[in-house]
Amino acid sequence: MKIRYGGLFVFLVVCGLADGRAVDILNVSYDATRELYAEINPAFSRYWKEKTGKRVSVQQSHGGSGKQARAVIDGLDADVVTLALAADIDALHLAAGLVPVGWRQRLPEKSVPCRSTVAFLVRKGNPKGIKDWEDLVKPGVAVVMPNPKTSGAARWNYLAAWGDALEKTGSPEGAKAFVAALFRNVPVLDSGARGATTTFIERGMGDVLVSWESELLFIKSLRGGEFEIVMPPSSILAEPSVCVVDKTVDRRKSRKVAQAYLEFLYLPEAQEIAARHFFRPVNPEVLAKYADRFPSVRFFTVDERFGGWQRVMREHFSDGGTFDQIYQPQR
Amino acid sequence: MSRRRHVLPGFGLTMGYTWIYLGVLVLLPLAGLALKTGTMGWGSFWAAISSPQVVASYKVSFGISFLAALTNGVLGLIAAWVLARYEFPGRRVLDALTDLPFAMPTAVAGIALTSLYGPHEWIGGLLAPWGIKVSYTLVGVYVALTFIGLPFVVRTLQPVIADLSAETEEAAATLGAGRWRTFWRVIFPSLLPALLTGVTLAYGRAVGEFGSVIFIAGNRPFHTEITPLLIVSKLESYDYNGAAALGFVMLAASFLIVLVSNGLQGWGARRRVA
Repeated sequence: MKIRYGGLFVFLVVCGLADGRAVDILNVSYDATRELYAEINPAFSRYWKEKTGKRVSVQQSHGGSGKQARAVIDGLDADVVTLALAADIDALHLAAGLVPVGWRQRLPEKSVPCRSTVAFLVRKGNPKGIKDWEDLVKPGVAVVMPNPKTSGAARWNYLAAWGDALEKTGSPEGAKAFVAALFRNVPVLDSGARGATTTFIERGMGDVLVSWESELLFIKSLRGGEFEIVMPPSSILAEPSVCVVDKTVDRRKSRKVAQAYLEFLYLPEAQEIAARHFFRPVNPEVLAKYADRFPSVRFFTVDERFGGWQRVMREHFSDGGTFDQIYQPQR
Repeated sequence: MSRRRHVLPGFGLTMGYTWIYLGVLVLLPLAGLALKTGTMGWGSFWAAISSPQVVASYKVSFGISFLAALTNGVLGLIAAWVLARYEFPGRRVLDALTDLPFAMPTAVAGIALTSLYGPHEWIGGLLAPWGIKVSYTLVGVYVALTFIGLPFVVRTLQPVIADLSAETEEAAATLGAGRWRTFWRVIFPSLLPALLTGVTLAYGRAVGEFGSVIFIAGNRPFHTEITPLLIVSKLESYDYNGAAALGFVMLAASFLIVLVSNGLQGWGARRRVA
C-alpha cells in the first residue's frame, strides 16, 4: 500500500517536471470567452509549432472580468489577460503597475482583436413588439439585465442604454431619467451575465434579455426556435481588450510567446474562430464573410461618447455614481 | 510557580498546533481585514457602512435571517424530536437528508430552490394565481435562508433529546401531569439552551449566506439585496476599502453571534450539571 502510493507520488512529480519543460502560458480571461479560447489555444499551439518548432500550451482561466483582474493584481501569474473591458486592464496598471500606462497602443485596433455589441433577446414572435431602446421602458415590459456593479461585461449594457438615450434626449439628465425608467422594469438583477441568461431562458422571467450580441447568438445556436434576436438601430461597440502582463512575462521569460499569442488573435485563422464563436472580427475580410451573422448597427464607443473608461468608472459605477443614484428611493 | 503535570503527554505540542492552525486560518485573515479597515479613517468608514443602500441590505440580511432562524427553531425542534424519539421505516434516510444543506454547494441549493419557486415553475406556478411570489422577492430569500439553517437546529437538539431520561417523564406522569404539561414544564426547559444555541447558529449561518441567496433574491438594491452581495459589488468597482468596511461589520456581527451561541452552550452545560 505504502509503496504503491510512493510510486504514484514519484510518477506525479515526474509528470510535473516533464510538463514544466514545455512552455506554458496562462491566459486569464472572462466568462463569455470560455468556448472561444478553448478553440483558439490549440490553434495557436499548432501555429507556434510550425513557426518555431517549439511546443507551447496555453492554459485558460475564466471568471467575472473584475474578479479575474483582481486575481492577477493579487498575484495570479497571468502571461496575458483578455478581459471584458479596458477598465479592468487599467486596474492592473493603477493598482499594481503590472502593465504600462500606454498598454492600449501596443496592439492594433486599441488592443481589441474582436468586438461585440449589445442587443436584445425576445421570446418567439416578439409578443411585446420590442424594436428599439425606448420599447424597454414601456409599462408592462419586464427586462432582464445583470447588475453592472457586480458584472464587468454588464457595464456595456448599461452604457449602451445610456449612450443611446444621451443622443436622443441630448442631455445627461435625459439619459439618467431613461436609464432609471429602464431599471424600474428590471425585476431580477443577476450578479453575472450568464446568471441573467439563465433567469431569462430557464426561469422564463421577463420579456427581453439585454446582453452581448455574442452571448445572444450563442443562445440562439443552442435554443434557436424559442427566441429571436432584436438589434436596436444604435448600440455600443463592446471592446474586450487584450494585454501582455509585463511583470509576469519578464519574470517568466515568456514575453516572446505571449506577444505572439496576442498577435495571433489578429490573424485570419483566429479571426475566423472568433466569428464562429459570434464575436465580430476586426479583420474586414473575415467580417464580410460572416456579414449575414452580424447586421450593421450605428455604433458609438466608450471613448467618443463617454470620454473613456476612467471617467465612466468614476461617474457611473463608483459608490454614489449614477447607477446608485437611480436606485435611491424617490422622496 | 510550579509546573502542572498533565495526565496525557503532548499538551505543548497540541497547543502549539492549535494556535498555528487557528492563527493562520482564522486570525491572520481577520487581522488583515481589520488592518485594511483601520487605514480608512473614521469618516469614510462610517460613510461606507451607513449609506442608505447598505442599511437597506442590513435589514434584509439580518431581518430575514432572524425570521428564518425562528422558523427553524420551531420546525427543527419538531424534526429533531421525531428523529430522536421514534423508530419508523426510512428514519435513517430522513436523518441523512437533514444534513444535506450542510454538504450541498449552496449555489446548487439556490438554483434548485429558484427553479422550484419561480413564477413559471412547479411550486411557484401553483402559488402565482394566489398572488404569492417567492423567487425574486424577500420570501425567496427567507426560503433559502431557512433551508441552509435547518441542520443547525436539528443537530444541536437531537443528542439532547436522545439523552433525556425517560424516568423524569414517567415521574411527571405519576405525579399527575398531563402530556402537554409534561412537555412544557419538564421537557422543554431542559431543551431550551440547546434550542437557543441551534437557533443562534442557524442565524449566524444565514447572516453570512451568499451562494444560495443571490440566485433566488432578484438582488434589487433597497429591496432584496443582501449585504454580502454589496461587498462583492464594491470589490467589482475596485472599492477595496468600502468592501473591507462592510466585511468588518459582518465580521463583528458574526463574532457577536458566535459569542452568544457559546455563552448559551455554557449555560446549558451548567444547567445540566445542576
